[in-house]
Amino acid sequence: MITMEHVCKSYKIAKRNAGFREACKALVHREYETIHALSDVSFTIQDGEMIGYIGPNGAGKSSTIKILSGILTPDSGTVLVDGRVPYRNRIEHVSQIGVVFGQRSQLWWDVPVIDSFALLKDIYSISNAQYKQSLEELTVLLDLKELLRSPARQLSLGQRMRCEIAASLLHRPRILFLDEPTIGLDAVSKLAVRDFILKQNQIAKTTVILTTHDMQDIEALASRIILIGKGRILLDGTLDDIKKGNDDIDQTIAELYRSYDIS
Amino acid sequence: MCATMNKILSSIKLYLHYVSINIRSMMQYKTSFFLTTIGQFMISFNVFLGIFFMFLRFSSVEGFSYNEVLLCFAIILLEFTMAEIFARGFDLFPSVVRSGEFDRIMVRPQNEIIQVLGSKFELTRIGRMLQAVVMFAYGIAKSNITWDIPKILTVFFMLISGACVFFGLFLIYAALCFFTLDGLEFMNVFTDGAKEFGKYPMGIYGEKILLFATFVIPYTLVQYYPLLYLLGRRTSALYVFLPLCACLFLIPAMLLWKYGVSHYASSGS
Amino acid sequence: MKKYLSFFRLRFAMGLQYRVAALAGIVTQFFWGIMEIMIFHAFYRTDASAFPMTLSATTSYIWLQQSFLAFFTAWMMENEIFDSIVNGNIAYELCRPINIYNMWFARSIANRLSKAVLRCFPILIVAAFIPAPYGIAAPVSIGHFLLFIITLFLGLAMMVSFCMLIYVLTFFTISPQGLRIVFVSCVEFFSGALIPLPFFPEKIRQVMELLPFASMQNVALRIYSADMNRIEIERAIMLQIFWLVVVTLSGKLLCKAAERHITLQGG
Repeated sequence: MITMEHVCKSYKIAKRNAGFREACKALVHREYETIHALSDVSFTIQDGEMIGYIGPNGAGKSSTIKILSGILTPDSGTVLVDGRVPYRNRIEHVSQIGVVFGQRSQLWWDVPVIDSFALLKDIYSISNAQYKQSLEELTVLLDLKELLRSPARQLSLGQRMRCEIAASLLHRPRILFLDEPTIGLDAVSKLAVRDFILKQNQIAKTTVILTTHDMQDIEALASRIILIGKGRILLDGTLDDIKKGNDDIDQTIAELYRSYDIS
Repeated sequence: MCATMNKILSSIKLYLHYVSINIRSMMQYKTSFFLTTIGQFMISFNVFLGIFFMFLRFSSVEGFSYNEVLLCFAIILLEFTMAEIFARGFDLFPSVVRSGEFDRIMVRPQNEIIQVLGSKFELTRIGRMLQAVVMFAYGIAKSNITWDIPKILTVFFMLISGACVFFGLFLIYAALCFFTLDGLEFMNVFTDGAKEFGKYPMGIYGEKILLFATFVIPYTLVQYYPLLYLLGRRTSALYVFLPLCACLFLIPAMLLWKYGVSHYASSGS
Repeated sequence: MKKYLSFFRLRFAMGLQYRVAALAGIVTQFFWGIMEIMIFHAFYRTDASAFPMTLSATTSYIWLQQSFLAFFTAWMMENEIFDSIVNGNIAYELCRPINIYNMWFARSIANRLSKAVLRCFPILIVAAFIPAPYGIAAPVSIGHFLLFIITLFLGLAMMVSFCMLIYVLTFFTISPQGLRIVFVSCVEFFSGALIPLPFFPEKIRQVMELLPFASMQNVALRIYSADMNRIEIERAIMLQIFWLVVVTLSGKLLCKAAERHITLQGG
């Protein structure tokens, strides 16, 4: 179970003015601008849920994900993930979660994918038996058999994403964070990725938290949607709650953003 | 006790796994590897030529002969190169922070330092290593040192501790990346600069630099003072262990790194 | 000509933007200068009679070298140009009504000039206030100073022209990296970047001074403190011009050949 209660996070950003004199001044004295990335964010996510976490750029999505995955420490509020405080004992926490950053790769570019997997086995201290079993399952489900022997640089984006997802699941995390997992993928790969995520959620009961700008992803996957804007939770409900009879999901979301004045 | 031992062993195993994957990656670009290695050799060979031609004209500098200077250069070059081979990941750290790759490191259940170290194993530096070893052998053969156990120990401590000092400097450089990515070039003064100017015994640079290079960054503890002992100009046995004091430099470096990581966790930048 | 000038302006303005990097560069170069001077001073203290230049000429040489480093470092080549050749983007450049050689030349000059402009004055000013013989001395005469400026820019043109030759040669090699390594090492050694040429033994120096590399920093930096006599200066400038013409012409010819090569083979 994941709970966030009254979580706030603000950043100080150094103001920088143009000009050489300003740059020199900045060395001595800096002016800061405070940005409230999260203000009083609270929600609870039960085991096995599949959450679509949406909002425009800069709304606070990635700050939330970073806090939940132990990268970022909040200013105030309480965060509990399966009874752990993510940022307090990072190493213990992250061995139980999986993270896919859609825009970045965790595979080694020039060696066969299977070699990257073998390294992850050591990083996550996965036992031989469990590694073998996970690998077999993921190979079948994601259709990786032909890909494992090729270096990541030779794979298409879609093929690579399938490998990325497998890489994040080798250690069988209870919670999976997916950040834009379908970005840039062709139609076939998108469907394959969605299909797999759905299966993973149903079969392994993995909790999935998905951030995306692709509303078809949300439509296909998320049973519950959390909308964040300007650092606040604006809406928390099912897809039908949001749709209210409107068929087109992109239209719905666009209207939603406009109605909250966050677009 | 047993648990710590196991943890250390598994860390070493993990690091070796990183090394092997680095080498396999590199083997995909054999020509590039080969040429970069040669390039590394040529750059430091040029520095050697600079010394060589200076000594064609001058017979000594501040009481140090050509052979003695070569030995000094070889030692600092070995120290720096060892540190660079292993700690190049820290040298490349700005791009890791800029691209957000550090997030990936943070979501893995391993110590951050071992992951950064593992991200790059710079084998191309064996080009420079080779040159350093040849000069080292030449310097040892020609410099009329009567070798005994304390002197051999001294050299050994110099190399290990010197590598630690440079390792610490790379670590500081990387830690600073958590706060700013602008203008970090000035750190080259302390890494490349020390390698470059450490080719001559630091005593020739005068009192002020000697003080700085002893108490701020302990270069002289792994270069000048133990060298004087090797050459028989100092006799106290304390000089044998002096280099080990330089390892203390790792403590502030490590603290700064830890502070940097915690800053990253609170700013996320 | 106008389009190359505007290209030059664009690059120049771009280079001026990296001010914090320039500040760090200034600190680094300044430190480098001090340390280099200390090395030479140590040799001077040990045996002043073996010194081939005056100490003051040597320090001026080093300060100028550090101030105008952006003019004379060989490794400061443009990766974008190498990349565009290797990955074939060069084909787009060929579609424009522009002479590639001239464009790259303008770009490289602008790049080096903008870097040097930001860095040289602070270093020179501080170095001027350092007491003799550690600081930079005033130019020996107005004539020497003018000649210094002229040869400095001839040296810059020489450097860029040589880099151009390397870019163009990459069209014909499989690995630009190897070419680059050899080139950088040669420039370092033969141009006087390592130690000023007078510090080399007489026979070797005489040969080195004839090579194109000596036309880069060696001439200007030694004219500044009158380390060359009138006849030597005349000869050095003639050599600079000779090499500049030879290297630029061969670069241009090779570039033509490369363009034909590309259009024939379809890139």
